[in-house]
Amino acid sequence: MSENPPVLTSEPDVVAGADEAPIILSTQNITKVFPGTVALDNVSFNVRQGKVNVLIGENGAGKSTLMKILVGVEQPTSGKILLDGREIHLNSPLDAARLGIGIIYQELNLCANLSVVDNIFLARELRRRGLIDRKVQRQRTRELVSRLEQRIDPDALVGDLRIGQQQIIEIAKALAQDVRILIMDEPTSALSAAEVEILFRVIRELKSYGVTIIYISHKLEELLQIGDYITVLRDGRKVVEVEAAGVTVPWLIERMVGRSLVSMFAHQERQPGKVMLKVENLTLPRPGGGYVLDHVSFELREGEILGFYGLMGSGRSDLLDCLAGLLPPTAGSIWLNGAPVTSTTVSERIREGVVLVPEDRQNFGLVPTLSVMDNMLLASLKNYIEGFFLARRQEKSVTEQQIKELSIRVANPQQPITALSGGNQQKVVVSKCLLTRPQILLLDEPTRGIDVGAKQEIFDIMSRLADQRYGVIFVSSELKEILAMSDRVLVMSKGRLTGEFTAQEATEEKLVAASAVGHGPSNGDNWNGREA
Amino acid sequence: MNSARVGRSRRITQTDVMQFLLRGRAFIALILVLLVFSILQPGFLGPDNVIIMVKHTAIWALLAIGMTFVILTGGIDLSVGSIVGLTGMIAGGLINEGIIIPQLGIAIYPHTWMVLAISLLVGTLIGSVSGLVITRFKVAPFIATLGMLYVARGMAGLRNDGYTFPNLVGQPEYGNTGFEILGAGHFLGFNYAGEYVKLYYSIWILVAFALIAYFVTSRLPFGRHVYAIGGNENTAELSGVRVNRAKVIVYSISGFCAAMVGLIITSQLVAAHPRTGDTYELTAIAAVVLGGTSLDGGRGSILGTVIGALVITVLTDGLVTLGLSTFWQNVAKGAVIVAAVIIDQLQARWQEQIALQQQQELG
Repeated sequence: MSENPPVLTSEPDVVAGADEAPIILSTQNITKVFPGTVALDNVSFNVRQGKVNVLIGENGAGKSTLMKILVGVEQPTSGKILLDGREIHLNSPLDAARLGIGIIYQELNLCANLSVVDNIFLARELRRRGLIDRKVQRQRTRELVSRLEQRIDPDALVGDLRIGQQQIIEIAKALAQDVRILIMDEPTSALSAAEVEILFRVIRELKSYGVTIIYISHKLEELLQIGDYITVLRDGRKVVEVEAAGVTVPWLIERMVGRSLVSMFAHQERQPGKVMLKVENLTLPRPGGGYVLDHVSFELREGEILGFYGLMGSGRSDLLDCLAGLLPPTAGSIWLNGAPVTSTTVSERIREGVVLVPEDRQNFGLVPTLSVMDNMLLASLKNYIEGFFLARRQEKSVTEQQIKELSIRVANPQQPITALSGGNQQKVVVSKCLLTRPQILLLDEPTRGIDVGAKQEIFDIMSRLADQRYGVIFVSSELKEILAMSDRVLVMSKGRLTGEFTAQEATEEKLVAASAVGHGPSNGDNWNGREA
Repeated sequence: MNSARVGRSRRITQTDVMQFLLRGRAFIALILVLLVFSILQPGFLGPDNVIIMVKHTAIWALLAIGMTFVILTGGIDLSVGSIVGLTGMIAGGLINEGIIIPQLGIAIYPHTWMVLAISLLVGTLIGSVSGLVITRFKVAPFIATLGMLYVARGMAGLRNDGYTFPNLVGQPEYGNTGFEILGAGHFLGFNYAGEYVKLYYSIWILVAFALIAYFVTSRLPFGRHVYAIGGNENTAELSGVRVNRAKVIVYSISGFCAAMVGLIITSQLVAAHPRTGDTYELTAIAAVVLGGTSLDGGRGSILGTVIGALVITVLTDGLVTLGLSTFWQNVAKGAVIVAAVIIDQLQARWQEQIALQQQQELG
């Protein structure tokens, strides 16, 4: 695949000006292949010294993979990395750290069982005569935390902190390493507006010291506010690299999503029928206090696609887990077609007709050691028994039919599941769930990490199911997907439903506003009184 | 792309050959050890030796079949050696002492069939207890079955204060004779190098167990569930597999197989020793691993395990006939087992690469 010259690199790389900052770090023709997907395809990315170098792209565009390569977590399949013009080989995060490259990850990479101090100095402990110098470490931690304008006890366990505070600790951890190049992978996804302001002040301060920032985010306005240079990735390829000045949001969106968007996100009118699923006061307390799900109530109708939008940690995935029987709610009730649901296990829920396509495909959707066929049939094996044994013939014909129906690209059904691309793997997972003959299909981020074509096909499947009078609930962090696919949108924030919109009412602004409810004082009225 | 696909399936490539060799490695290993020992020791494949090896194979293979179920789920069962000892002692006690009811001052001597049934039931129950501890209390299988190793071994000693139950032939007046037939009885056989090789009942039991286990693993939903749990427990759970129940069942199967072995050995010896089966769990694990089953779970087969048991038997007995010291025997066995796991890891890496290749070809 890498032999074909990618179309997009034929575009001029940079519109270079004479007064540009020098390039400190660059990747040259980096390609990275994973089992399941080509994450990066011939990407050349330039990082300019003392600037905020923004990297954007949709989910699955390859941003996080590129960052993992720059910090030595992943090694490129091919291509070079240059630092100060010299080629470097990063075999581990320690190599990168030694060269002054630090990172703040999108997913929190902290040890919940260790204290703030221990996390900040993990694997870089300050030592005195071979022993950890706790006093100095604690002192440095206090300085770092106060620089970030926070009051967090250095000895507090990280697991006991709020998500936003944990994010601050991630930032402090990177700052503690005296980095030359700091990568921030969606650092604001869990921060309140006030915390974002603080972060931006720190970034400007770092820039003034000559620290180079690589900044990744989905929030376009935020990027234009802080960025100096912008690089857009799409489906693992670099689309464009420009100076941020003069760039507009619509121009960026166009670069990010390409042209296929229009057809993909055309909303389709549907007429939902009677109520299938009724959820009342579903509640799940958080172990450290507060709620994962805070008295959630809603209804789902026949032939309806119900979209759930919310930030990371808003409880939307937990809600689906509860409905699927994976998490036991402590209070509240669920009715299915008018009858109360009392079952507590996943297998019972599947028998009742509720099944989940999980968010984390690798860890919850697939069995990597099994073939495509065995993965696909795993949830519905009892349907293929003839006499006493599984009937191979029947298994095969069902699998082949599904492969055809969902146009799954495989050489043969006995192929290992790991040989499929991400999108095709996802279709196998969806097919596994459909084969249980559900009434209600729950999809948690069904398009995460799959290419545009496969996204379209997943959407087609969802529409088809709704037309066949299934109930479909899906969770997505992509506003456009939510707006295009949903007949009704529910928004969650901090475990509560904070908004309900019909397809006609819903706009990006309304959804974003509702998803920010309860996230700090700068969001205006702060009507979530319990939060403080 | 279509034509490329057809072309690939027709041509036998180097990849195909390597895959064939890796898949059939247990069988190749078997042929290799047989060759080596028959060259080093000309009488190695003589009738006396073959008879002994056939008997030993039955024991290792039966234990290893039960162990295969457990290992396929990603678990391990260290208690099987102790269950062998304990069930032997229980059977011995039932035959020599009966069930004593002190309140009435009598002892009930169960029929030999009952003795077998009770012993098998005890083994199964011990396995299910391990399974329950593992699933209900989330104890790591290694620890739960290590505990059971000590408990069951201790109970085997307690049964008769550390003494043997000798001479387990029963008494005609109690109607509990015939226990020794399980070990000494035979059905059919063949002439080999001028001698008649008897096929003992233990071999037929093995054949039956292996066939059932083969069909369970490959043709029943339960078998597929076992593979799925070992491959990815989360996915299995979310697909509606009753993971905990399946786990309890695999440890019960392992306990049942161990009890069967306990009965066979006790019957062969016509005596029950509390220390019988010591470290057998390790040999059983070795057989499973040699048969190509991954200790990570999810990959392996019953056929592989049976071949693995054959390899272990030939290796162990071969080293004995060579007259090597037990120390050297242990060194050789250990090296072979580690080599098997190294090859297993190589295969996993190899398969990953093939998967990547196929994926790129599919585009």
